[in-house]
Amino acid sequence: MNSKTMLYIGKRILLAIFTVWVVITVTFFVMHSVPGGPFVGEKATTPAVQAAMEAKYGLDKPLGEQYLTYLKDIVTKFDFGPSLKQRGRMVIDIIADGMKTSAKLGVIAAALSAVFGIVLGAVAALRRNKLSDRIIMVITTAFVSMPSFIMGSLLLALFAIKLKVLPANGSTPAGLVLPIVTLALYPMAYITRLTRSSMLDVLGQDYIRTAKAKGVSGAKIIFGHALKNSLIPVLTYLGPMLAYIVTGSLVVEQIFAVPGIGRAFVSSITNRDYPMIMGTTIILAALIVIMNLLTDILYKVVDPRITLE
Amino acid sequence: MTKKKFSFHVDLESFNPASDKEKEYLVQMRPSTTFFKDGVKRLYKNKIAFVSFIVILLITIASIVIPFFWPYSYETQLGVTPGKPVDSSFNNLAPFEYGRSEQKLIEAGESVFPHIFGTDAAGRDYFIRVVYGTRVSLAVGFFASIIVLVIGTIVGSVSGYFGGKVDLIIMRIVDIIYSLPDMLMVILLSTVLKLTLTPVIEGTVLQSIGANIISLFIVFALLYWVSMSRLIRGQILSLREQEYVLSAQATGARGKWIITKHLIPNCISVVIISAALQIPSAIFTESYLSFLGLGVNAPMPSLGSLASDALNGITSYTYRLVIPAVVISLIVLSLNLFGDGLRDAFDPKLNG
Repeated sequence: MNSKTMLYIGKRILLAIFTVWVVITVTFFVMHSVPGGPFVGEKATTPAVQAAMEAKYGLDKPLGEQYLTYLKDIVTKFDFGPSLKQRGRMVIDIIADGMKTSAKLGVIAAALSAVFGIVLGAVAALRRNKLSDRIIMVITTAFVSMPSFIMGSLLLALFAIKLKVLPANGSTPAGLVLPIVTLALYPMAYITRLTRSSMLDVLGQDYIRTAKAKGVSGAKIIFGHALKNSLIPVLTYLGPMLAYIVTGSLVVEQIFAVPGIGRAFVSSITNRDYPMIMGTTIILAALIVIMNLLTDILYKVVDPRITLE
Repeated sequence: MTKKKFSFHVDLESFNPASDKEKEYLVQMRPSTTFFKDGVKRLYKNKIAFVSFIVILLITIASIVIPFFWPYSYETQLGVTPGKPVDSSFNNLAPFEYGRSEQKLIEAGESVFPHIFGTDAAGRDYFIRVVYGTRVSLAVGFFASIIVLVIGTIVGSVSGYFGGKVDLIIMRIVDIIYSLPDMLMVILLSTVLKLTLTPVIEGTVLQSIGANIISLFIVFALLYWVSMSRLIRGQILSLREQEYVLSAQATGARGKWIITKHLIPNCISVVIISAALQIPSAIFTESYLSFLGLGVNAPMPSLGSLASDALNGITSYTYRLVIPAVVISLIVLSLNLFGDGLRDAFDPKLNG
């Protein structure tokens, strides 16, 4: 790694930190611009009780001061305040709880989609314009055009209700199969298409022709020579894939009743749990920003041909 | 003077002015084609794109025309007649079934318009709801992409044209918005805007559109212009440096000529293509938000809200989920394929 690369990485890290700060700030001020406090909708509260509640959660202080406290708590203690609706629980604890299930879901879905996507993409490239290639491309095109909630609901209708082979409720291990498949199908289709086009690109290179001229067999060319280089564009998809899985899990967990962070987030939106909405948005956003950062750095480090701006 | 073979001697006859007969060879027999005609011809030859275009056209026309003559409306609960008890026989009808009072009419020999897809849990004709939902989804996608197009073009061309400090500042803002996780920001902004806008627009014309749709447009205007403005800035920057612009300048073309004859035609195709590809992404976003309960206001349907409503009765009425699912996938798929076709036809440069 030369100094230019280091400089680039340094710049990207700064931009990432700045972005996370922007997310925190936007989230805080946007959330506090909602007319009426979070307790207005509650039944059986007198103004005195409301004032006491607001004092308890620090909502009576000036907005600037609240903001600084919020920022300081996040930076120093990683504390996002208490939840308003689940009394006595801290936002970060609820998030950590949900994250256990969601992370398992996301990691398995990502791994599955990478493995199947790369294999299918390589097969499609190898059998270009033959029947198997056509079938793979048609199916992946269909998958890419389907929103995750449509995919999830259709899988639910087919496997859990019509065929009754898998449970519809995602709180048991067997119940996690359908949500994982739902999450994995779109990125898998995307990776397949990406691998196919970049593989075709690599197969046209001179060094592949050299290998062919030497008499290397087809499979060995694909897996020994072409695959490594054609995976570089796939690397760039890692960041967007995480973003997709995070947003996808919001609806998928809703459909299959998976007790994860996505469901907690959606229910916090419906019952106006402000600190919970803020905390989840910030943590998920930070996750995506960090993943994009890692992807960018990895991409530049792995491929020496890429020139840095 | 005769020319010797293998001699380097210059044949002076080659430098004589061309005779009329020779000039005829250079006259173009076919009519000259324009960039647009050429692109349309290429698009027409691309079967997949052409079929997709027909599908989009049919769906769009159907969603506009059918509500005008359909006997049912998307919000009428057929079992509810003022002054009478609610007739629950109209709720959850299967396709081509009739409610109790309709049965009587049929037995009396009158013809009743069938409920092609049955009715929903509140006794509303499901077919017209799907048609109306398609209309709403298409309209949202179309207007959102126009908003993105306008803002992106203005910001991008300002940034590319002025350059320097303006460009630097705009591009840093673009960088930051670009690295924000868009979906999470969309959810956050829609949640807040929904709560903020609802009291503001009460009683105005905007109320009929609904706070959620307006906030969706605002979110698009705030977040989604960045990639469009990046694209246009890049186009303007690179087109300015092209050789044909230089050669036009060298032959004495004015700025106006260069802009109208060289920059705009070369830029516009890229802009239109990315605007076309923006429509499915907007439809995606709208249906996603509808699914989370942040989309259109009930009783107005959109394809996303129809699918999300259908989840409650999924065990007995699976078709109610499948129908909007198929329609939305068909729209997004054909828009994507048509957009790809447009790109191949009008921008051969991108087709790398």
